[in-house]
Amino acid sequence: MSEPIMQTSAMHVRFEGAVHAVRGVDLSIAAGSCFGLLGPNGAGKTTTIECMEGIQKPSEGRVLYRGKALDTAFSEEAGIMFQQTALQDFVTVSETLTMFQRLYKRSVPIQELIEVCRLQEFLGREPKKLSGGQRQRLLLAIALVGDPKIVFLDEPTTGLDPQARRNLWQLVSDIKSRGVTVVMSTHYMDEAYELCDQIAIMDHGQVIAEGTPDNLLRSIFSDVVMQLPLSDWPAGLSLQPFLAQSLGGQVQLMSKDVNDSIAALLEAKVPLQHLQIRKRNLEDLFIELTGRELRT
Amino acid sequence: MNFKRFYAVLVARNIEFVRDRGALAWSLLFPVFMIVGLYFVFNEQKSLYTVGTLGSQQVNVVSLFGLEEALVDVVPIDDLEDAKRRLGRHALDALIDSESGQYWLNPLAPEGQVIDRLLHATGAADGWQRAEISGEALRYVDWALPGILSMNMMFAALFGIGYVIVRYRKTGMLKRMMATPVTAVEFLGAQLASRLIVMVVINTFLLVGLWFLLDFRLEGSALLLALVFLLGATALISIGLLVASRIANEELANGLLNAATWPMMMLSEVWFSMENASPWLQNLSLLFPLTHMTKSARAIMLDGAGFIDILPSLLYLMLIALVFLVLGAKMFRWE
Repeated sequence: MSEPIMQTSAMHVRFEGAVHAVRGVDLSIAAGSCFGLLGPNGAGKTTTIECMEGIQKPSEGRVLYRGKALDTAFSEEAGIMFQQTALQDFVTVSETLTMFQRLYKRSVPIQELIEVCRLQEFLGREPKKLSGGQRQRLLLAIALVGDPKIVFLDEPTTGLDPQARRNLWQLVSDIKSRGVTVVMSTHYMDEAYELCDQIAIMDHGQVIAEGTPDNLLRSIFSDVVMQLPLSDWPAGLSLQPFLAQSLGGQVQLMSKDVNDSIAALLEAKVPLQHLQIRKRNLEDLFIELTGRELRT
Repeated sequence: MNFKRFYAVLVARNIEFVRDRGALAWSLLFPVFMIVGLYFVFNEQKSLYTVGTLGSQQVNVVSLFGLEEALVDVVPIDDLEDAKRRLGRHALDALIDSESGQYWLNPLAPEGQVIDRLLHATGAADGWQRAEISGEALRYVDWALPGILSMNMMFAALFGIGYVIVRYRKTGMLKRMMATPVTAVEFLGAQLASRLIVMVVINTFLLVGLWFLLDFRLEGSALLLALVFLLGATALISIGLLVASRIANEELANGLLNAATWPMMMLSEVWFSMENASPWLQNLSLLFPLTHMTKSARAIMLDGAGFIDILPSLLYLMLIALVFLVLGAKMFRWE
């Protein structure tokens, strides 16, 4: 593990009306890694990430970049993509990029950004006339225009269609491969699993689990998920002896030994034509830890 | 202050304004409509001869001039110098002082010439001493023009900067700028400069266009007039910056900006003189930068006032600009 580029220690954020949004968050983000902050809406992800970006000041605790408090050097080295940003009306994509480029001492050539973020086909268009995916690519390009050492992406794929999401994942992977540290928040577990080297799961303003995705899964789960349609489950057969639960038209069994479980199901004359077996994933981990559905 | 960043924000804001054709057209057309409308409304031929009378003795003006009563409007005068000024501007057609047996006419006014001929023809004014006050007619539109231009600049300054910054804050544009190395001073400075450039260009177009259209009066220096407008616009923009320093709600901003503009529009001598208003209202009027802008512009355009004549107003406008800019910058929040 390389030296941390970003750290928070004992960070608290309180808002008016006695809202305690962040409660003692300690994070350490390694340079060159991709760090994911996961959690349901209202968990405190955006507040935490905005404190790291310097947009908000913590009520208590510290935020350090390269061991120092956030300063002008940080603003030159950080690229930020917010969850929601309106850009200026009547200013084209190309002019918007030029404007942001001039704000930084060091910058990436516009042509390179256009190619990396695939902006060619809408350079002369106004940002408000872009599709969701095009818009996110432009916002990512703006985040990258200052040739940042660290990039913050706050729920970068929220609202995008599956294809646009995959495109953005590829862009984030490209950024990582250039050695840029990526700090992202998301409530898509597949996204976190695909992109992040390290994740922290937040709920109620606190970090409730932290580590690499695989290590976290291994540390929490030693079973697999067996799943079959509820319609295949014999009428009158109780779920309880199988430690199974009915969820969204499916019956789910958490099994530590697949062979034993299959034998038990066959003995109970449960048809297994539609049986699916899968490893535990981050979504299971999240529900296990927070006890609620992910996308609230 | 980093000028590269200042310039970047300035250029982007200028592009945004110039391409917003609706706002641009409105900025140009609104004052033109207003002024041309006033020109036509107040340019109708009047049917009365307006005669000012001074002194305690009653003079039968009707019989004196041999005119029909319905054609003469008699105005009692207290201040002879003010009456002479009004005669010079064709606001009066003749002026009579019954105590000294003297009357004044404006030889450049057609009405004055008619009255002069009548007096000679009838011999009604034999024994009276005749004097002349020369001066070109002052149309209401000439009087109102400096105020309307100033008022237009006030709206452009306050709404053009206040509303835009509040909108930027509401939509997250300011937050996006905050996440870059640009400082608040650079950002606000660029907004102020952009608005000033826009206002200077638009008002230059307006003045040139109106010059050809109305042949308005400009007795003093055009450069001094430009200085008044520049300082006045800066003072008004700085008020807009203060109003917009923290608000993220367009409705509230709209209310506050209206609260700032309406009293100024009514009490800053844009439409009518405050000379006859109560002293406290006159003093209140003097607090408004628009009053100083309008009165200085009017003094330059109508009376040929010089730098020294309007220096107190220029200093006041500078003071307002300085105080509100410092307050606006100190109170400014990106979010």
